[in-house]
Amino acid sequence: MNENEALLDALIEGRLPDDAGRFGPFGGRYVPETLMAAVTRLDEGVRTLLRSAELQARLEAELRDWVGRPTPITPAPALGARWGAEVWLKREDLAHTGAHKINNAIGQALLAQALGARRIVAETGAGQHGVASAAACARVGLPCTVYMGEVDVARQAPNVDRMRRLGAEVVPVTSGDRTLRAAIDEAIRDWVSDPAGTYYLIGSAIGPHPYPYLVRELQAVIGREARAQMIERAALPEAVFACVGGGSNAIGLFHAFLGDRDVRLVGVEAGGRGSGLGDHSATLSAGRPGVLHGNYSMLLYDDDGLIHETHSVSAGLDYPGVGPEHALLKLVGRVDYVTASDDEALAALDECCEAEGILPALESAHALAGARRWAQAHPGARLLVGLSGRGDKDMPILAQYPVRKERSDAAA
Amino acid sequence: MRPHERVKAAIEQSEGPAVVGFLTAGHPHPDRFLRDLAAIAEAADAVEIGVPFSDPMADGVTVQRSSRVAIEHGVSLRWIFAELERRDFELAAPVLLMSYLNPLLAFGYERLAARAAETGVCGFIVPDLPFEESGPLKAALDAAGLALVQLVTPATPRERLRRLAAESSGFLYAVTRTGTTGAGLSVPAELAEYLAAVKAASPLPVCAGFGVRERAHVELIGRHVDGVIVGSALVEVLESGADPAAFLRGLKGRSATV
Ligand SMILES: Cc1ncc(COP(=O)(O)O)c(C=O)c1O
Repeated sequence: MNENEALLDALIEGRLPDDAGRFGPFGGRYVPETLMAAVTRLDEGVRTLLRSAELQARLEAELRDWVGRPTPITPAPALGARWGAEVWLKREDLAHTGAHKINNAIGQALLAQALGARRIVAETGAGQHGVASAAACARVGLPCTVYMGEVDVARQAPNVDRMRRLGAEVVPVTSGDRTLRAAIDEAIRDWVSDPAGTYYLIGSAIGPHPYPYLVRELQAVIGREARAQMIERAALPEAVFACVGGGSNAIGLFHAFLGDRDVRLVGVEAGGRGSGLGDHSATLSAGRPGVLHGNYSMLLYDDDGLIHETHSVSAGLDYPGVGPEHALLKLVGRVDYVTASDDEALAALDECCEAEGILPALESAHALAGARRWAQAHPGARLLVGLSGRGDKDMPILAQYPVRKERSDAAA
Repeated sequence: MRPHERVKAAIEQSEGPAVVGFLTAGHPHPDRFLRDLAAIAEAADAVEIGVPFSDPMADGVTVQRSSRVAIEHGVSLRWIFAELERRDFELAAPVLLMSYLNPLLAFGYERLAARAAETGVCGFIVPDLPFEESGPLKAALDAAGLALVQLVTPATPRERLRRLAAESSGFLYAVTRTGTTGAGLSVPAELAEYLAAVKAASPLPVCAGFGVRERAHVELIGRHVDGVIVGSALVEVLESGADPAAFLRGLKGRSATV
């Protein structure tokens, strides 16, 4: 057995991340010494509290009664007819607050409370994680501060109002690239200032160990449900698609399928407006190994090691890093990572609206675009597409792209 | 003397508390870098040169700003080594580079150690590299006799403190408070107790930094450990166009009132 096979087996059998927080070569904990004590305490909390029967019971109840789980899988026959495939959608857009982010937010909020945190800080790109955090904090009764890049504050305005109404303080970040990456920098700075009393509720499967593991555990419910639902309603899909920003919805959807070696798993990154550095945020497709925000993973950076600015029409995918588990899945070849451009995503969004009466998030539209392309190369295939969220939040962006029937026709 | 021993000796040999001055390379302007560096090396016991980074997550607003300005001027690790190479004067104090890890990774550790040795850099301080992850970089630097300074903070447990102190080289960096660079000092009584514990655990000289701005701070800290590190305050002095050497001498000089 070669080394990659052994790593994949270890991952499937639950032996990764290892004690050092590594997924093979990726992961780890690259944080200032000030945070080491907090990260170690969190690690203990994840190992003991998160797995405790009490917290698991509370989480299960909140997921059922408050989040609205299980979310359905929806057959998409009209999309299927257009694509020449059998298409199923896993509907995280139907979860409370409108995206998969809520699974993670409520889980971490309960953990934070069990750890005795006095306040929560979070960051957000698209605003979905900010809204989910604000809602989860309101639910458990903890004050919440959300950092959000100035650029994203402007392009995801409806979510800013939602967060404020849910009682969170939203702090616009004017430093750095003024998007998600700068918001994470700022949330970490806040956390560094009070690592004992503040809990950092990270929004994706990124950050120092144990966050990538913790977030995957909380999001894996998506794939567990979807796998069982597919078997019940049809059969295992031939391929599963999810968009990849930081990678939380994708890892959540993929994880339960890792052992089904016949099921192709495809992560769709934001191809943006072109292949030049700065024109996309296709970290796994175009990046190199490096260190950002506490872990060693694939990253977009220049020859001097400076993290590169990224672009995507979808704020939630506009990030130069990715979770370390995805970097491993790419290394061992278990998941294919492809890109969908801004235009392809916009066309897929229109098509899904027209055909199925579902307005997906722009992030999720990338997964649809990837699935559509795959379907054309594999006629008659059974596909499962992760619909990570709903598109209401994207209305200000979509206003710049008037409904054009030609767009979806042109992409056909 | 090997480079890491030069750092240690420079701090030990200071009369009164040692002062380590920090500047971000190329801030406020690249043209001034070597001149500022010479002046700071003249007045301080050691110099920390900040390698600008796009995501300086352990830094407060002042250092963040200086880093951004330097990047806008095209400053990089390669540029810093080239500048150090073309200097035509002796540095009066040993120099260390303060960098986040990714620029060092991108440069390559073997090449990094070689370039540092060639250009007279004596060691490295890497704020986002805790001891657990430092093996590969440490091996490359050790081979060239270069220091990798470990940091400890008030949140570092005692057992870990002893381990980090034993693993440091050059000196041990005692962060005075939790938080980013640039904010104020913590409560004097707690600070004294913490610094005494660090000093007791360390076989190397100890320098304390984060929040040191004035002579009173140097005197307070100097009673417990071997030196201070002055970052944001010195960056502000450089930004204002004032004389960095005069500022540093003011910090070092004996004051009439304690
Ligand atoms: C609806 C939606 N989908 C996907 C993402 C991408 O994040 P991740 O890759 O971590 O799931 C986001 C992020 O904000 C989002 O809001």
